[in-house]
Amino acid sequence: MYHAIVFLPLLAFLIVGPLGRMLGDGPSQWITCGAVIISALLSLLAFWQVALGGQPVRVEVASWIVSGTFDVSWALRIDQLTAVMLVVVNGVSALVHVYSVGYMAHDPHKPRFMAYLSLFTFAMLMLVTSDNFLQMYFGWEGVGLASYLLIGFWYHRPAANAAAIKAFLVNRVGDFGFGLGIMATFMVFGSVDFDTVFAATPGQAGKTFHFLSWDWDVMTTICILLFIGAMGKSAQVPLHTWLPDAMEGPTPVSALIHAATMVTAGVFLVARCSPMFEYSPTALVVVTIVGASTAFFAATVGLVQNDIKRVIAYSTCSQLGYMFFALGIGAYPLAIFHLFTHAFFKALLFLGSGSVIHAMSDEQDMRRMGGIFTIIPQTYGLMWIGSIALIALPPFAGYFSKDAILESAFAAHTGAGDFAFWLGLAAAVMTAFYSCRLMFMTFHGKPRASQEVMSHTHEAPPSMLIPLYFLAAGSFGAGFLFDDYFIGDGHAAFWGQSIVMLPDNAILEALHHVPAWVKYAPVAAGIVGILMAWQFYIRRRDIPANLAKVHAEAYRFLLNKWYFDELFELIFVRPAKWLGRMLWKTGDGRIIDGFGPDGIAASVLNLARRASALQSGYLYHYAFAMLIGVAALVTWYYTSTGGGH
Amino acid sequence: MANPHDYATAAPEIFLALAAMALLMLGVFRGNRSTRSLCWLAVASFAIALLLVFQAPAERSVSFAGMYVADSFTAFVKAMVLIASGAGLIMSMGYIRDEGMARFEYPVLFMLATLGMMMMVSANDLIALYMGIELQSLALYVIAAFQRDSLRSTEAGLKYFVLGALSSGMLLYGCSLIYGFTGATGFDAIAVALKGQEHAGIGLIVGIVFLCAGLAFKVSAVPFHMWTPDVYEGAPTPVTAFFAVAPKIAALALFMRALIVPFLAISADWQQIIIVISIASMLLGAFAAIWQDNIKRLMAYSSIGHVGYALIGLAAGSTEGVRGVLVYLAIYLAMNVGTFACILCMRRKTGMVEGVSDLAGLSKSNPMMALALAIFMFSMAGIPPLGGFFGKFYVFIAAMNAELYALAVIGVLASVVGAFYYLRIIKVMYFDEPGEPFEGPMSVEMRAIIGLCSIVVVFFAFYTAPFVASAEVAAAALVP
Repeated sequence: MYHAIVFLPLLAFLIVGPLGRMLGDGPSQWITCGAVIISALLSLLAFWQVALGGQPVRVEVASWIVSGTFDVSWALRIDQLTAVMLVVVNGVSALVHVYSVGYMAHDPHKPRFMAYLSLFTFAMLMLVTSDNFLQMYFGWEGVGLASYLLIGFWYHRPAANAAAIKAFLVNRVGDFGFGLGIMATFMVFGSVDFDTVFAATPGQAGKTFHFLSWDWDVMTTICILLFIGAMGKSAQVPLHTWLPDAMEGPTPVSALIHAATMVTAGVFLVARCSPMFEYSPTALVVVTIVGASTAFFAATVGLVQNDIKRVIAYSTCSQLGYMFFALGIGAYPLAIFHLFTHAFFKALLFLGSGSVIHAMSDEQDMRRMGGIFTIIPQTYGLMWIGSIALIALPPFAGYFSKDAILESAFAAHTGAGDFAFWLGLAAAVMTAFYSCRLMFMTFHGKPRASQEVMSHTHEAPPSMLIPLYFLAAGSFGAGFLFDDYFIGDGHAAFWGQSIVMLPDNAILEALHHVPAWVKYAPVAAGIVGILMAWQFYIRRRDIPANLAKVHAEAYRFLLNKWYFDELFELIFVRPAKWLGRMLWKTGDGRIIDGFGPDGIAASVLNLARRASALQSGYLYHYAFAMLIGVAALVTWYYTSTGGGH
Repeated sequence: MANPHDYATAAPEIFLALAAMALLMLGVFRGNRSTRSLCWLAVASFAIALLLVFQAPAERSVSFAGMYVADSFTAFVKAMVLIASGAGLIMSMGYIRDEGMARFEYPVLFMLATLGMMMMVSANDLIALYMGIELQSLALYVIAAFQRDSLRSTEAGLKYFVLGALSSGMLLYGCSLIYGFTGATGFDAIAVALKGQEHAGIGLIVGIVFLCAGLAFKVSAVPFHMWTPDVYEGAPTPVTAFFAVAPKIAALALFMRALIVPFLAISADWQQIIIVISIASMLLGAFAAIWQDNIKRLMAYSSIGHVGYALIGLAAGSTEGVRGVLVYLAIYLAMNVGTFACILCMRRKTGMVEGVSDLAGLSKSNPMMALALAIFMFSMAGIPPLGGFFGKFYVFIAAMNAELYALAVIGVLASVVGAFYYLRIIKVMYFDEPGEPFEGPMSVEMRAIIGLCSIVVVFFAFYTAPFVASAEVAAAALVP
């Protein structure tokens, strides 16, 4: 069964990838959807057995690499944490597969798209089922590849290509850190197996190693390196710049990869490595600060974006920030809980916005939408469910996870915890604001689209709507159904050994004992945000424009995403391009080619010309050459053998 | 009085000598119109001589007071020489008819030259060696100048003659020095005289160098190669084809015997010379050919390079090395005969053409010939799985096992450079704008030769093992 979960999507990719054109659109869609749906159903079964039944399993697939002391086997590790991820990954993936059938109906390259989706699903499953760091790295790179391919799926669009390359390069930075972290782990523990490493971690706590004339704490170094990998994949400041651009990909891709699954790989990584992070308080503080900063930063940028998908992208970035600071304060189950609920409502929002885009003839700018809630009422209603779940009003799913995160941040009673709490609270207000802004701008007011577009506006086909209903159900119910298992009284039994929290880490208990105002603050923040949005975009429509005019500097600052892209351009891209051009023109062209291939070729020709010039045609030259040859040979013979004996 | 067994040992040579004289008489009485039939008779004589070579007993037999030897080594080499001579003669027939040089002496001279080569191969004494070389050379000088009306041909013959005389002088001088310092001319007797010595005295050194110089001239190894490009270019094309193969094979066999049998004890000494000659030949063969447009001249440099590779096997001085040389020569035979057969088909209305650029677009006007020539060129460049690769492979293996690493490395590098001009020919044939097509259709015998040679080169990989095994037997007869 576990083999089937992981390898069915691979099988679908291997069939549809090379043979898609021959199979045609219909069979390709059936094969990929079928494989992933079966995989998703089996995942539910696995969740039942492993997580609810408390029976983690380890399935050996093959011996992978054996080289000296380096022995890595390829095994599927299905514990409670993995089971949760399996449900999220395969569930969302199956819904997105089905949704894509409708969404990509007019695209000429459907088989390729479906194959890529299946490839991504396989890679993501490799990542979450990995039994060691190396296998995880394989999945990690695999999802990176699939993400690259899918962002650049419309390869004839320069913006899509640029976004794909940007995503790939920025991820390289993170992956480099992850790779270093794995190497450091192997250096310190002599193994990359999770079990071996985690068992040996307490022995390494507090030890240092010497590097570049400094003494470094072993666990802190490894954890921060691993966290750099997580930052890249999960779009944390300052490695977040690729995520908004990644919206150039088709919307189902954004829902699957850039909202529900791949971007949460970093959260999963830190949770998986909780036995290591627990021994490095410094690394946890770093995680908290970075997460809280991202949550706040992304929310501010989300306030002013006009592209519907970019708003949701920044929202994703911001929510990932929440998950990270939850991890940072030691509440790993809470982070995974938010990951779980977030997957539902964010996929719902993305697919819903895809439905809107589909309805508006591929228009993504909210300034050219409006007034369509009567035309596509189902999408409208479903998106409200997603938005309210995101704003975290009870009893929707987001309320249970996000509230708990903010409470736990307060309950941590540390500097970093307070920092996270206040930034998180501010972000919650903004979250509510931009979510409602999105809803109001998109659906309410007078239609701002052209007459022609409006005449084509229509509700999405069933293949697109049905997945939305499933996700809406999750967005509504996932919170109160699983609250008790994930973070409530049952959490210790539920998670078993898959997440390690030291005995003195009682954050999940402490969050129930915070002052009342803390408990009410997140909901209050949400309501404040909603009212402000209503005031700005329904009641007094002139306010936003006036505000932007009065605070032009601040507005531009936000609109340009705090100038991160410009800053990177200046600091990294331009010097890198300059260096590349110099190495290319001077280093490669002039020096290596000049003295290497070109130079050798030129001197060969030169030598050849001289060699043929020796052939003068005069007999006495030839005879002379022979005599000289004899004399030279005698001399050579005589000297090389050390003379006669 | 030699005993009857002596004559049996030399049966193929005696037959060939008698046949040559008989053909000469026939030619004298019947005149030039009989040339074509004489040619075929000569080819038949080669075939009978080949049979005689094969039916001779495999074990070593020495006769004529130790001057003459026959063993599996000589049988192997003689077979190659006879095949090469026969093929050379068959390829000549159309050409000598078309160029008006179909005189009856032509096949007779071929036979005498071949006889000389066979005597070289069987020589077991410095005197016998000289006799074989001179018989061969004198015949070749005449054939080189056979196109009497052509200035180039006569110049080629004259150059070859003068320089050949110089080399013969060196050879003789070397022989006399060797005799002076060892007191013997027989190879076995010299070996006995040198037994137990590790290094040669200075006099013997000079003698061996002079001997090597004379033999290196015959195989056209650097720096005694200077005649090769001029003679190859000037001589009539079928003569060049003949020059490039049979005499090379015979001279290399003689080179091996004349160094390995008598001077095995001091092999460390003469290896130095062979290594230098080998490296110089490989490098010159690789570099000097790059600028050549005349394909005959190009083939001259190519053959210089090939001799350099073959000498690697001699430098190794082991059974493995000799085996490598024999395999190399066999493949060299097939590649070169095939290539020259193609060159002989480069005929336009205005006459023969010899430029590489004349091959432009051959793949369109004559795809089969282009394919065959491409096969030969790839093989010469040493690209697997063609025969040329295996030839190089076995000599390089021998060099590696003899710990001559530098030599092997230089050999590989030189073959990379050399690949350039072979590939250039293929590029010209397949990618350049077609020129005027050659006069069609090719004669039956040319087609047969080209086809056979291509088959040998392409399918060599399939019968490598038995072939190498028989070369091994032959080599074992030479190196104790």
